[in-house]
Amino acid sequence: MKSILPVLTVVGAILLLWVLAVVPMNMHLTADQAQRDGLVVSPETPAARQEYSGLGLTLRNPGLIAATFVQERPRLPSPHQVAVEMWNTIVLKNITSKRSLVYHGWVTLSATLLGFGIGTGLGILLAVGIVYNRAMDMSVMPWAIASQTIPILALAPMIIVMLGSIGIQGLFPKAIISAYLSFFPVVVGMVKGLRSPDGMQLDLLRTYHASASQGFWKLRLPASVPYLFTSLKIGISAALVGAIVAELPTGARAGFGARMLVGDQYGQPLVTWAALFAAAITAASLVGLFSLLERLTLRRMGMVQA
Amino acid sequence: MNDPIIAARGLDLTFKTNDGPVHALKDVNLEINKGDFVSFIGPSGCGKTTFLRCMAGLETPTAGTLTVNGMPPEEARKARAYGYVFQAAGLYPWRTIGGNIRLPLEIMGFSKADQAERVERVLELVDLAGFEKKFPWQLSGGMQQRASIARALAFDADILLMDEPFGALDEIVRDHLNEQLLQLWARTEKTIGFVTHSIPEAVYLSTKIVVMSPRPGRITDVIESPLPKERPLDIRDSAEFIEIAHRVRDGLRAGHLDD
Repeated sequence: MKSILPVLTVVGAILLLWVLAVVPMNMHLTADQAQRDGLVVSPETPAARQEYSGLGLTLRNPGLIAATFVQERPRLPSPHQVAVEMWNTIVLKNITSKRSLVYHGWVTLSATLLGFGIGTGLGILLAVGIVYNRAMDMSVMPWAIASQTIPILALAPMIIVMLGSIGIQGLFPKAIISAYLSFFPVVVGMVKGLRSPDGMQLDLLRTYHASASQGFWKLRLPASVPYLFTSLKIGISAALVGAIVAELPTGARAGFGARMLVGDQYGQPLVTWAALFAAAITAASLVGLFSLLERLTLRRMGMVQA
Repeated sequence: MNDPIIAARGLDLTFKTNDGPVHALKDVNLEINKGDFVSFIGPSGCGKTTFLRCMAGLETPTAGTLTVNGMPPEEARKARAYGYVFQAAGLYPWRTIGGNIRLPLEIMGFSKADQAERVERVLELVDLAGFEKKFPWQLSGGMQQRASIARALAFDADILLMDEPFGALDEIVRDHLNEQLLQLWARTEKTIGFVTHSIPEAVYLSTKIVVMSPRPGRITDVIESPLPKERPLDIRDSAEFIEIAHRVRDGLRAGHLDD
């Protein structure tokens, strides 16, 4: 709870910058609109106004500042416009409505969770293989690293189209992209975690003549739990990004990605921004949830000082 | 009865390293009898820990013969003939003290009821009764090391191998643990191999002191202690004690003069 004040300070600073940026960003279109409404704007032609920067135009038309915050299609929406749009689409809309962000959020979240589950499972299996099998140790890790260097924006449409051509559509292809992004932090974290017991702890098990599986279940796996949680927190946010990216290039009709695209294509920046913020809040909540799970688990295991 | 518990004859061990071979042990001969408390003392690199690890079957000698309970160390290890106490307590942080002591018992397949009974008994033995449900971080360093000794005692091996178990503890705690260790040894009649850096510790604890020297690691002196089995802490001020300590120091110095 000690972090509340610093967090609020940063949020406040960002909001202030945002509000300050709204005025010059929207000034040109505000001036155009004001002229159409019969107000006197200086300079008088749109072409002449293009010669000015947003800031310069603001200085010449200080009377229009208030109007920059309430444009219907702003270049940069003001915070309260985004808040109102989110209120309307999250709270007021029926969640079965195609315009409800809760509906779109669930579409993205379900793909995220499925993909995250697949990615985490795969990541743990690969990590166990890497730790216990020399051939996998030598061969898998370079490929895992290489897989993350390919831009996901280039890869996602290819995977969606290929899966689509063999009749797999909807949730699953998006989950694959999520899994693709989220398995990597799990592999890296789990390999490190499973290898974290030192020579002494391994020797101790040898003095008991413990079997390999006893070594795994009683030493390596519990020792890797803190590493796993760190990976899960990175993995879940990567999975959400994956699901959104998978919705962007493929003309998906639902999901955060689809909303962002619709807002862009139909000149409704508020829709895009609301989806963006909803996605960010979803990601933060998921990471927060895993932080909480981590704290509870580690405390229960006795690995943190309560 | 008179067969030695541990017998080494002409033991050699050479480690291959990137800088060439390292002669860790050279022509080591030693017999340890049942109920002996044997200390290995010497400077760093004299092979005392390596020798102990050979007895435990954690290292394999390159030449010579070594038997533990009449069999090769590897087999003795598989027969769970000894308990090993490391330099650090090495308790699992995710297990309670009781859980840590149960670890070898679970691995060796003791029944649940037997486990509970043994945990209680060894905790009593190391004076940690009542701490079963505590986690390691709730205990001091000395208590953690006592818990690790309890863990080594839990499955009733006749041999206890200890590798500088009190090396990281301060002197007051160390004195106290030494006293307790002697009482424990008297009660359990185990055979103990004990690696240490400290001359007073070696003389106070041992019935037999093995002085070693480095490059190559070898035994330079074996001192049979004439001290009685009952040893109060102030025995360290007696003339006999000081005489043995002197002989150990001479042995250590002689080893160094060879360099």
